[in-house]
Amino acid sequence: MRVHPPVTRFPARASGPVDRLADFMAHLRANGLQVGVQDTGTALAALTTIDALDPDQVCMALKSICASNRDDFARFDDLFAAYWQNRGHERVGQAQTAKDRQRSATPGQGDGATGSGTADSVDTHRDGEADQQGEGRLIASRVRNLMRTDLRDVVSPDDMAQASAIADRLARAIRDRRSRRRKAAKRGEALDMRRILRASLATGGEPVRLHRRARPDRPTKLVCLLDVSGSMTAYARPFLAFLRGLMGADGATDAYLFHTRLVRITDALRDDDALRAVNRLSLLAQGFGGGTRIGGNLHQFNDQYARCLVSGRSVVIILSDGFDTDPPEVIGAELARLKKRGCRILWLNPLKGWRGYQPVAAGMAAALPHLDLFAAANTLDSLAALEPRLAAL
Amino acid sequence: MTTWRDIQADLSAAGYVAGDDLAMAVHLALALGRPLLLEGAAGVGKTQIARTLSQVKGAELIRLQCYEGLDASHAIYEWNYQKQLLAIRAASEAGESGPGIEERIFSDRYLLERPLLRAIRQPKPPVLLIDEIDRADEEFEAYLLEILSEYQITIPELGTIRAVSKPIVILTSNGTRDLSDALRRRCIYTYVDYPDRATEMAILAAHHPGVEGRLIGQIVAFVQTLRKEDLEKKPGVAETLDFAAALVGLGVNDLTDDPAALQAALVTLLKTQGDRAAIPFQVAQRIAGKAA
Repeated sequence: MRVHPPVTRFPARASGPVDRLADFMAHLRANGLQVGVQDTGTALAALTTIDALDPDQVCMALKSICASNRDDFARFDDLFAAYWQNRGHERVGQAQTAKDRQRSATPGQGDGATGSGTADSVDTHRDGEADQQGEGRLIASRVRNLMRTDLRDVVSPDDMAQASAIADRLARAIRDRRSRRRKAAKRGEALDMRRILRASLATGGEPVRLHRRARPDRPTKLVCLLDVSGSMTAYARPFLAFLRGLMGADGATDAYLFHTRLVRITDALRDDDALRAVNRLSLLAQGFGGGTRIGGNLHQFNDQYARCLVSGRSVVIILSDGFDTDPPEVIGAELARLKKRGCRILWLNPLKGWRGYQPVAAGMAAALPHLDLFAAANTLDSLAALEPRLAAL
Repeated sequence: MTTWRDIQADLSAAGYVAGDDLAMAVHLALALGRPLLLEGAAGVGKTQIARTLSQVKGAELIRLQCYEGLDASHAIYEWNYQKQLLAIRAASEAGESGPGIEERIFSDRYLLERPLLRAIRQPKPPVLLIDEIDRADEEFEAYLLEILSEYQITIPELGTIRAVSKPIVILTSNGTRDLSDALRRRCIYTYVDYPDRATEMAILAAHHPGVEGRLIGQIVAFVQTLRKEDLEKKPGVAETLDFAAALVGLGVNDLTDDPAALQAALVTLLKTQGDRAAIPFQVAQRIAGKAA
């Protein structure tokens, strides 16, 4: 069955199908699809293998050539209809993908709309370019603002996702450690001469079997303790997203919440749906947001979990403001006990980022001598700035 | 000249019901000689299309399963070191000298073919399935670029090996990592979604010809409702087929007839403990009631 296509108004100077198709490609580019000159050629070749008079077929064929990811694939039909079926050169700008946004946010690199379009569509191209750049600047500045915003005000899912992404990077910075020694391995960059020689005795001195050596990974294990007491509730959600990111980088990361009690949340955080996990936990956290017993909780952690989970290759991250209702000596003693396991202890304090902050809270002061790193954690910027310091630990 | 409708008909004759988008993409990939990149959730039939296509074309299926750490020596070629060593020893006993041996041990006979090299050296174009490309590392993706765009492989000791016949290349991805734009650009792309109601019924009818139409309708309605639930792992087409087989095996003619049998058959659809807990007995019954 052939559906007669609605008559399309073509640019006056467009003479043949080649011009029209090139103009359509420019239309796709203006709407953020990544199509190159080569694709135009492929598309023309494709049209010769199908019934080019049937708009449905043409749409499907061009879709499989021009779309290169799921987003493009989903909105191609609309773009096609907008161009060929005379609904005008609509821009479906809102549907820009995250990648496009990144690209347009880096000026000079954008592929722009420099297509080989015809006179009629030049206006559209200019629009496209202006829009893209405009949006790029907007986003760049928005990102900068966001990075400096105190985490208490970070609430949108996008921001959460970013907190998560930063955490992921941090976790990798901490985690990627390779041993200096080499160990026998199935595949490795170096030959294991000793083993080759020993094995060659069995084959009459002929090194038939090649043994190799590689540097084994010695991953650092992360253990996170997040304070969700009343004074920290404002930070709970972004920090949970942050924890979630830390978890994503490695299967062995461990996480805990504490307020007046200590709760292990490792399994809950490993939920497939990131946002659902964070939302669920932040409800949990809010439900408890009362006083804090940092010392008592550290004691429980040492008793219950540390002995099997914390070793010399662990990094313990404590996210807390240091306001403790337990006597300060308890914190000091428990941290010293934890430290004896050979781990490194980081304390990220959102208050430290505030101007004029002094660690005068008795608990915080007692903890300071036992910390390997005491850093601010009140903005995404300050979290991201941790990366080189953690890598150097 | 074959049209995309022919391809669709051929595939469905071989038991694979392809949607229009997919059939068109397969047709273009064949007509233009370009690789075909299929993305989509697990269990929507991405791997199966390669198998069916090789059946339809009467071509050999060469499969490369990607995994983290896959490298050139496992995917493209490797020198047969032991054989080379023996050849050197044998030659030196016979009193042969250097250059001759060298030329011989770096020749075709001492080369171990891996799937990619094998695929481009077949006299008859095979179907090359590169499964779950997103699991391989990015370096491996870069290796692929030369093969996919030029259909040639460069071996330093031997020179460039050009394809004897262009293989039909199908890449699949589950989206565990984003593929590079360079790779995407070289491919015909299609996103394989869960099939709609009519397609899924056709698939079921093709695989289980004995099942009556009413039960097929119920099964499909049941599974499609289940996909809308908040599940960790949504059941794919493969699961639907298993589910149908299980019901047939349990002698069920109507989903609402035997609640216990339905509950038992659910093991074929819900594959994690969380999902089992999310669809308790009552919920399953309610969905089945709606589907009937």
